[in-house]
Amino acid sequence: MTHTVTTAPSTGARRSPGPWRTAASDLLRNRSALAAAAVLLLVVLATVCAPLYANHLAHTDPFQSDVSGTTVVDGKRVPVLTPSSTGLGLGVTPIGPTWDPAHYFLGADNQGRDVMARLLYGGRTSLFIGVTAALLTCALGTAVGVVAGYTGGVVDSVISRILDVIWAFPVYLLAICLSVVLLTNGLKLGPVTVEAGSLWLPITIIAAIYVPYIARPLRGQVLVLRNKEYIQAAIGSGAPTLRILRREVLPNVVPTAIVFVPLMTALAMLTESALSFLSVGVQPPDASWGTIIQDGLGLLYTRPAVTIAPGLLIALTTAALNVLGDGVRDALDPSARLRGGM
Amino acid sequence: MPRSALPHRARRGAFAAATVALALTAAACSSSDDGSSSNPNASSSGSGSTAFQSQHKGGTLKLVSHAAAGSFDPQVNYTLQYWQLYQSLYDGLLAFKKVNGQESFTVVPDLASAMPKVSNAGKTYTFTLRKGVTFSNGKALSTDDVVASFERIFKVASPTAGTFYNGIVGADACLKTPASCTLPKGVIGDAKTNTVTINLTAADPEFEYKLAVPHASIVPKDSPAKDAGTKPLPSTGPYMAASYDPNRALKLVRNPHFKEWSREAQPQGYPDAVDYTFGQTVESEVTAVENGQADWMFDPPPADRLNEIGTKYASQAHVNPLTAFWYATLNVNMAPFNNKLARQAINYAVDRSAIVRLYGGTNLASPACTILPPGFPGHVDQCDYTKGGGTTWKAADLAKAKELVKKSGTAGQEVGIVVQDDDVNKSIGQYLQSLLTQLGYKATLKPLSANIQFTYIQNTKNKVQLALTSWYQDYPAASDFLNVLLSCASYHPGSDSSINISGFCDKGIDAKMQTAIKTAQTDRTSANKQWGAIDQQIMGESPVVPLINPKMIDFTSTRVGDYQFSKQFYMLVGQLWVK
Repeated sequence: MTHTVTTAPSTGARRSPGPWRTAASDLLRNRSALAAAAVLLLVVLATVCAPLYANHLAHTDPFQSDVSGTTVVDGKRVPVLTPSSTGLGLGVTPIGPTWDPAHYFLGADNQGRDVMARLLYGGRTSLFIGVTAALLTCALGTAVGVVAGYTGGVVDSVISRILDVIWAFPVYLLAICLSVVLLTNGLKLGPVTVEAGSLWLPITIIAAIYVPYIARPLRGQVLVLRNKEYIQAAIGSGAPTLRILRREVLPNVVPTAIVFVPLMTALAMLTESALSFLSVGVQPPDASWGTIIQDGLGLLYTRPAVTIAPGLLIALTTAALNVLGDGVRDALDPSARLRGGM
Repeated sequence: MPRSALPHRARRGAFAAATVALALTAAACSSSDDGSSSNPNASSSGSGSTAFQSQHKGGTLKLVSHAAAGSFDPQVNYTLQYWQLYQSLYDGLLAFKKVNGQESFTVVPDLASAMPKVSNAGKTYTFTLRKGVTFSNGKALSTDDVVASFERIFKVASPTAGTFYNGIVGADACLKTPASCTLPKGVIGDAKTNTVTINLTAADPEFEYKLAVPHASIVPKDSPAKDAGTKPLPSTGPYMAASYDPNRALKLVRNPHFKEWSREAQPQGYPDAVDYTFGQTVESEVTAVENGQADWMFDPPPADRLNEIGTKYASQAHVNPLTAFWYATLNVNMAPFNNKLARQAINYAVDRSAIVRLYGGTNLASPACTILPPGFPGHVDQCDYTKGGGTTWKAADLAKAKELVKKSGTAGQEVGIVVQDDDVNKSIGQYLQSLLTQLGYKATLKPLSANIQFTYIQNTKNKVQLALTSWYQDYPAASDFLNVLLSCASYHPGSDSSINISGFCDKGIDAKMQTAIKTAQTDRTSANKQWGAIDQQIMGESPVVPLINPKMIDFTSTRVGDYQFSKQFYMLVGQLWVK
């Protein structure tokens, strides 16, 4: 018995390289995808090096307010937050970009914190939430889609209606509602407790709201698979359900789920940024690119870099993830490219 | 009252103990601050004390605000936003002088022809009504209107009914059954002699202040016995509200029946009309004033526009100190702040100059060391929690704070900080969170919408350990800060109206407050000294952390003239020239 992805044993002189190797080879030939992967690698490396930058180069704590602090610019000691000394002397302006990696490279925010250091740490948080939420979504979505599609009947109806209900809500509205409610007391689901300020709260919320986006297409795919002759034969021969799922169904739907991972990561990062921008995502003192944009909102006229820098990084990273996602899709499902989509 | 533009809930019972003497004028307040604007173009002597200049009469004054402030009923609304406007619309028996500076704390007769005759050991006030005063609907003012207005305070459940006016004879019954409120023995009108007599259950030297705030406005006797909401009531002042839509605009026009009877109590207004529009963002408000599309903005300018206003538009900005303070409350009934050493540690640790910076700089706020603001009755220059001690703020003492935290054994405990979610409050909250983390606590920040934060932090059920809030005087008396905010009578566990947010209740200090209130009946100077000492004693217990005394920016268009700032009700809207 075999399944649709696994090709029949070769009868010719040359042995087939196998679907995964073929996909990898296709992906490596896709220059756009490689460029996107390189950009992502750079971003990941930079964020991984955040403690190195903060502790050994900038000598700053990105989570510690330094409202009355000073720094050195052009050899002179200056306050990080400079009170206006002209006119009526109203307002206080954080130091702008110095382009000196050791002294507020991208300037300071309204708490006197180093924006560059916060960007790097914020990137770690945004990427962590994006990737973890995407993996959770894909895992949950795959499980739900496979169970619904394979089981059929009442189970399928119930699961499908639940997915319909979630799907019916505008995704951001649902995320905001859940965040506002759960931010107060955290989440308690049986033995699982997620604290209100924990990063796992936005991860859980984002993962939950995107489940239908994975589960529904996979359910459709499983419904088609279930009627294939080889699966009907396996069922007829008395093979256990779990074994059929593991050996016949999952290998056919996992590539689709994999294609979703980079795309969902981009979506999850955008959602996290939106929630954090609205103060219902990552909570201080943790930083994410969304919270940094929010911090910079009150400085738009005087220090736009505080907002622009994380905004650019979000755009760059999500664009790279989308291009990479397209590359992965093309590699794993070449027919989709011909169809012009997934 | 809080600065918020949102309606303030009743502080029922907060003034229950504040029923004894304090003299009326605050002219002798110990302060070097004369209340004049920092802007050299601002008038230093209000037109309230000078003759009306008819050449400036006319034009339409255009005001803008991000949001309306709810009901326009003067006996219901409890916001600075509308209390400021009511000065040109509604009148009480008494009024705060509508002039620039410190003089504005003085109470003068308004609809009453003279200050009341006080008898019966301070429990009876007899007023003679002015003759010839007419409401904007054309009906003449009568003693019946006065009696009905006082009953209406209870019928509409005015936010201060249970605190300012609960001392009127019969008020207890009215508070229990507002709908059927009558005050036959409390407020007695005599149409023949044109007098109104108010009887109190006990002497209340602050009663004349309470008669001068908008909740004691006199409205027609046939006014609805419920919140008038968006249907403005007829007024006696120089303006009347022609229309009000909280989602769009408020329009004030001249009251055709107004004739100036007292320039210091209710001066004639200059603009022919006032258009107050709502719904713009604060950023666009600034731009509108800069471009002359608006004459004044209600909301504080955003932080990133302050420098621009202070430099390019300096001649249009007016900065005035306020008798207010921003402070952090420490819940004395919950760990870790049920430990005095932990509370004192926070007071030592907070860098007030950092808070000043976060608020907008030294020209917009000054560090606070005491509960009573500078220039307020009873204020004493003393700063116990600055490095090295002294009379003024110098620097935070982080080392001492860490030592106190260590001694208290509270390090490592969780502390929740509840703040409003606007930029300034949130940034101060972030600073406090960072500071508490430095001190060894596990601090979390909870920003809440302004319209729920103030009631949320008052309710003990919410277990708020540390909250950031502010208090702006209702009237110039030390009890309005100390007795209201930190007396046992102001602590109501489980209630949304427990203005003693720290839950501080010290029987010894409470007794001293009562003594100070009694002393004020006969000797205001001694009473103020007592209040100063009480302030210091409370600070020794450290239930609150005074942070800053804020200043206010009024940003006006180039065509606006005759800017005057009343310390009681802020910019005198009706006295602005636009012509």
